[in-house]
Amino acid sequence: MDDAPLIETRELAKTYVMGDQRVRALRRVTLSIARGEFVAVMGPSGSGKSTFMNLIGCLDTPTKGEYRIDGESVGGLSPDRLAELRNRKIGFVFQSFNLLPRATALANVSLPMLYAGADRATRAARAQRALDVVGLSARMDHRPSQLSGGQQQRVAIARALVNAPALLLADEPTGALDTRTSLEIMALFQSLNKEGQTVVVVTHEPDVAEFAGRVVRFRDGKVVDDRRQTPRDAATQLAALGAEQAEEAA
Amino acid sequence: MSPVEALRSALDALRANVLRSALTMLGIIIGVTAVIVMVAVGSGARAKVMQQIQSLGSNLIIVVSGSMTSGGVRMGVGSRWSLSEEDGAALARDVPSIQVAVGTVRGSAQIVAGNTNWSTVVLGVGPGYLEARDWELAAGRDFTAQEFSGAGKVILLGETVVKNLFGEGVDPVGQIIRVRATPFTVTGVLARKGQNTQGQDQDDVVVVPVATAKQKVLGSSRANARAVAAMLVKVRDGEDMADAERQMREVLRQRHRLTAAQDDDFWIRNLTEVANTQLESSKALALLLAAVAGVSLLVGGIGIMNIMLVSVTERTREIGLRLAVGARRRDILSQFLIEATTLAAIGGAIGVVLGVGGSIIVAELGGWPTLINPEVVLAAVGFSALIGVFFGFYPAQRASHLDPIEALRHE
Repeated sequence: MDDAPLIETRELAKTYVMGDQRVRALRRVTLSIARGEFVAVMGPSGSGKSTFMNLIGCLDTPTKGEYRIDGESVGGLSPDRLAELRNRKIGFVFQSFNLLPRATALANVSLPMLYAGADRATRAARAQRALDVVGLSARMDHRPSQLSGGQQQRVAIARALVNAPALLLADEPTGALDTRTSLEIMALFQSLNKEGQTVVVVTHEPDVAEFAGRVVRFRDGKVVDDRRQTPRDAATQLAALGAEQAEEAA
Repeated sequence: MSPVEALRSALDALRANVLRSALTMLGIIIGVTAVIVMVAVGSGARAKVMQQIQSLGSNLIIVVSGSMTSGGVRMGVGSRWSLSEEDGAALARDVPSIQVAVGTVRGSAQIVAGNTNWSTVVLGVGPGYLEARDWELAAGRDFTAQEFSGAGKVILLGETVVKNLFGEGVDPVGQIIRVRATPFTVTGVLARKGQNTQGQDQDDVVVVPVATAKQKVLGSSRANARAVAAMLVKVRDGEDMADAERQMREVLRQRHRLTAAQDDDFWIRNLTEVANTQLESSKALALLLAAVAGVSLLVGGIGIMNIMLVSVTERTREIGLRLAVGARRRDILSQFLIEATTLAAIGGAIGVVLGVGGSIIVAELGGWPTLINPEVVLAAVGFSALIGVFFGFYPAQRASHLDPIEALRHE
């Protein structure tokens, strides 16, 4: 692994044209994220954090500026080249899970490999391993409707991990989950991060941001704050919550 | 994505909404069924007409004795026998394009064999009648020249008559039967002809020499013993029928000593022409049926397009997700295209089964001949798959051009 940052933006700008109005959603953002970092991207709605996420997730192309991920420049790429880049480099986790409702957990996790052109046996093996990582190997034949919200999000995380992406990009991953399940998901992110996975979580919840080692705040399309912190340990908090609930029950 | 996987996922998607898929297919099913049944009915009808034309005999012209005016009352065609056997001989001699010209008379009589009887048409014919009609004998022999000239009491039976008089499995050749109390020897059985273009049974007939018919059956008291009601003329293959007709008219007018001011005392009808007209109209019918069926196939295709558009809208988030995890535009395009084509092809296959079954049922119940053409079946399935591709393309194109961000945000 080289020392170059995984994500490097230089003067990144995005302007939307809506009718005769020009909305400058992102104004010259220069930011680097190193391999192995756990970054929380925060900001109120309209701050540009979603635009930033779309850009580093290769879902969109910048109006101006440069962006490199894992050494590859993402500028002027066609939609299909962007799709290939997403497939290889980025694993997405969404607030609403976005699982295919009729497909089993295993099939859902296999989906990105389908577009990578992996053969059937490889797909099954790797999808099983990914489900194993998120602790759901026992439920790989379940459909999303047969799984709890937390389990569905784990399936989504397994799907994000299955192509061994350089970046795990989560958009409000705990937005639809209760406190306990949220902690479980954050603990999973932390444990993945400990093993070297770069994680970027976009959130507006300060609680969630506490688990990251670095918090980047957006406002009016600019980075207004970028600080490192000592993350709280989600697993410890989960244990404490467990004890609390046990007391309440008693 | 490999084609097998694409097909599997298409089937999954269609199975997710069974009722909707079935209803969408219904349009194609009805369309393909209609095409197959209609074309089968149309070509069956045409084949029937063709067969009837062949059973009539080819290149035939019939000359019917003309009307008689008696005290100002016009008696209608055939009321006076203006034609004679000599006219026939003259035609055969003077018009080179004529192969045979045979005088005929026609009547009906009750025929008795043993203790059964049957009323049927009695045809009195001259020599060469069977040749003119391209009529084979199933058993026995034609009349001899002597039997023709000597008014022999010999008879040929049509298949229907044999069945009704003797039943199945009896050889009537050599048997004696009675026609109006006169005993006749059966010399042969006519081969089956089936119905003619008017739907009459051509096998419900007996044939006797023309002289015999006039003396024994029709009880003719006509002045001219050689007169006949009509004449069947067969023109040689490859000769111009209209030309033959013109020459015949000339010869007959001359022989009947008609002045330029007088009308013909005979009628000439070109039977092949009549039959060909029917063939043409049956062709037009077949074309019309196929066109109507084609329209219903088109409507089915529009149904597919409609439902695929709905499906694309409904599954916008799914499309967004697929794009996010690395689907290229052509992956999305082919996914929806394969779904539409699968829908159409399954509908087409069901339509083939129903169409073939329907054709058989129409043939069985309706007594209407149908002809299932393998090429039409193939074309119908191919066309319905093509419809899937054609009408599925626009929705698939729309799906593949969705913006992943917008699509993921879609509610």
